[in-house]
Amino acid sequence: MTLISQHLWHFHGGLKLPSHKAISTAQPVTCACLPEKLVVPLQQHIGEAGQLLVEVGDSVLRGQMLAESASYISAPIHAPTSGRITDIGNYPIAHPSGLTSPCIVIEADGKDQWCERQPIEQPRDYSPAELRQRVRDAGIVGLGGAAFPTSVKLNPGPDTDIDTLIINGAECEPYISCDDMLMREHAAEVISGCELIQYIVSADRCLVAVEDNKPIAITALKAEIKKRGLDNIQLISIPTLYPTGGEKQLIKVLTHKEVPSDGLPSDIGILMQNVATAYAVHNAIYLGEPLISRIVTLTGKGIHQPKNMWVRIGTSIAELVQQAGGYHKDASRLILGGPMMGFSLSHDDIPISKASNCILVENSSPEQAATMPCIRCGACVTVCPAQLLPQQLYWHASSKNFDTVQDYHLFDCIECGCCAHVCPSHIPLVQYYRFAKTEIWNQERERIKSDHARQRHDFRQARLAREKREREEKLRKKKEMLEKKKRAEAVDGKKADQTDPKKAAIEAAMKRVQDKKDAMKKADASASNTEKQK
Amino acid sequence: MSILTAVITLAVIATLFGLLLGYSSIKFHVEGDPVVDKIDALLPQTQCGQCSYPGCRPYAEAIAGGEADINQCPPGGEVTMLALADLLGVEPQPLDAEHADEPEKTVVYIDEQTCIGCTLCIQACPVDAILGAAKQMHTIIEDECTGCDLCIPPCPVDCIYIKPVKPEPDSWRWPLPEKNHMAPRA
Repeated sequence: MTLISQHLWHFHGGLKLPSHKAISTAQPVTCACLPEKLVVPLQQHIGEAGQLLVEVGDSVLRGQMLAESASYISAPIHAPTSGRITDIGNYPIAHPSGLTSPCIVIEADGKDQWCERQPIEQPRDYSPAELRQRVRDAGIVGLGGAAFPTSVKLNPGPDTDIDTLIINGAECEPYISCDDMLMREHAAEVISGCELIQYIVSADRCLVAVEDNKPIAITALKAEIKKRGLDNIQLISIPTLYPTGGEKQLIKVLTHKEVPSDGLPSDIGILMQNVATAYAVHNAIYLGEPLISRIVTLTGKGIHQPKNMWVRIGTSIAELVQQAGGYHKDASRLILGGPMMGFSLSHDDIPISKASNCILVENSSPEQAATMPCIRCGACVTVCPAQLLPQQLYWHASSKNFDTVQDYHLFDCIECGCCAHVCPSHIPLVQYYRFAKTEIWNQERERIKSDHARQRHDFRQARLAREKREREEKLRKKKEMLEKKKRAEAVDGKKADQTDPKKAAIEAAMKRVQDKKDAMKKADASASNTEKQK
Repeated sequence: MSILTAVITLAVIATLFGLLLGYSSIKFHVEGDPVVDKIDALLPQTQCGQCSYPGCRPYAEAIAGGEADINQCPPGGEVTMLALADLLGVEPQPLDAEHADEPEKTVVYIDEQTCIGCTLCIQACPVDAILGAAKQMHTIIEDECTGCDLCIPPCPVDCIYIKPVKPEPDSWRWPLPEKNHMAPRA
């Protein structure tokens, strides 16, 4: 088995890019200052936003749960420090749209006081399900960038058998070095996290894959594995090639297996987690600490002191840039993520979320080359790591042929940016794919909405018809009853004449009145008689 | 004699096939018009009546019957028109100039201070998206509102207003990159 896993394969395409990592790895990771104000977004993961547990004015402790998971695919949010909640409202978040989203604003009290933690000393005494629940309660999401709730990934289902756990330490995108620094400085915790995940999913073997441009991290991890005497965890140094850190690409390199289109790695018995996620799992189990901070790389030529920092979730980017020496005077573009897959931010008053791994400040770049028409050179096809046909995708996406673009497997595109990087016509290819993907999702949402509206409309029509029918029925019944009554009256009309109680009553009343009048006349007469006698 | 045999044989075969056809038309009878269902599935179901038919299904029936064109649905916009052209195998037809752009998604809201609780809007709403009762304040269930604006004309106190649906990060869409018009065309 050792021999098999040491043999490495290649994925299709890929690019050798200048790494630019050294500028941010020169000094050890520093802790960012505790900010006075933290803005914690409610949605930092794929899935549903958390459900609020706190109100404005509440005092919270560090690590206290602020929002719980709303559904299965969701993750709770915790307070990054102790303090008071001053506002819950919409604030700009780290999103390419620049839109706002619900956030919790915490005014730090400076004490940074922990809430009660429940560390586990002997995790092997607990069942995998109990540990998975701990991971869920700690709000851990995939820290490689996608931010998918980890506990969901750790529960592949009873019918799926995970034989290989892959810990992804490739970190292939230029400039980003937060995982590298984590592996260098916290190798013990990372390996301990690997052991825990391996226990939770009961995987036979664990492969820790690190690109060969991180020799210090490789040495540290190797030493740690040797120290613990683990023979089912293996460190594998893989050749540096972008995007070897992609899930499907790394699986191909390590195992020569391919994840099916529309499938998951668990379909072929593989689970992949990022090194930072493994570290967070270690913290959640052994220390009882939820995910409230992460390492963020601040780098690029537009920043004075590029470095890596431990940052509390919710810290504003502006504050971090200040602590990294501030912007260079030529700084022109602020990117969240790396140069290949990241997106531009229009301003820096945006909080760090669980998924934010890198802040890249670029200097005023040389004049961006103008977009020219596609010459069908096919350079994009040779570099595509997903073995797609980027130019076909481009044609059909730009002409809004959304069915055809899906026939060309648009949704297998990982948006790595290789095709756009090599395009001699400088076509922003990935932007077309992102456009097509979000349009298709939108059409799907619209379709669901219109189906719902149709259902409601049909129901209303049916209800109106039923009400009309019922009204007519009622009217008919009333009419029938009246007619019946009339007929009954007509049949015994004569009898009714004699014994009609109404007529009898009237007659009786008239008789009574007559009697009264007669009595009064008599009384009057006798009274006048007595007067005359006087 | 041989002619008679041929005639009888053909007559028998024709009768058999006739019976078979008659039987299968009863056995495999399709309820309703499947084309109408397919067209209706593509329409946006706002039930707004802007196509001049009283709702999406009547419009679908009219298209299937050849009475209406495929470009009469403003809320559906170009996407719906193209989908209909694709389904029916007809040439796409340009939309009216005013509907050429993608229609903005809107919903309505009731100014609850002005509402007198007359229930006229409730009766007009094709999807039961208005909540209220006589002499009680009415309100729109925003998630159910299709933006058809049919509730606006009946309101005697003009307290119903249109507002655009705000994009959320989840439903936000990447824009189509701008083509460089200076570049020579392929």
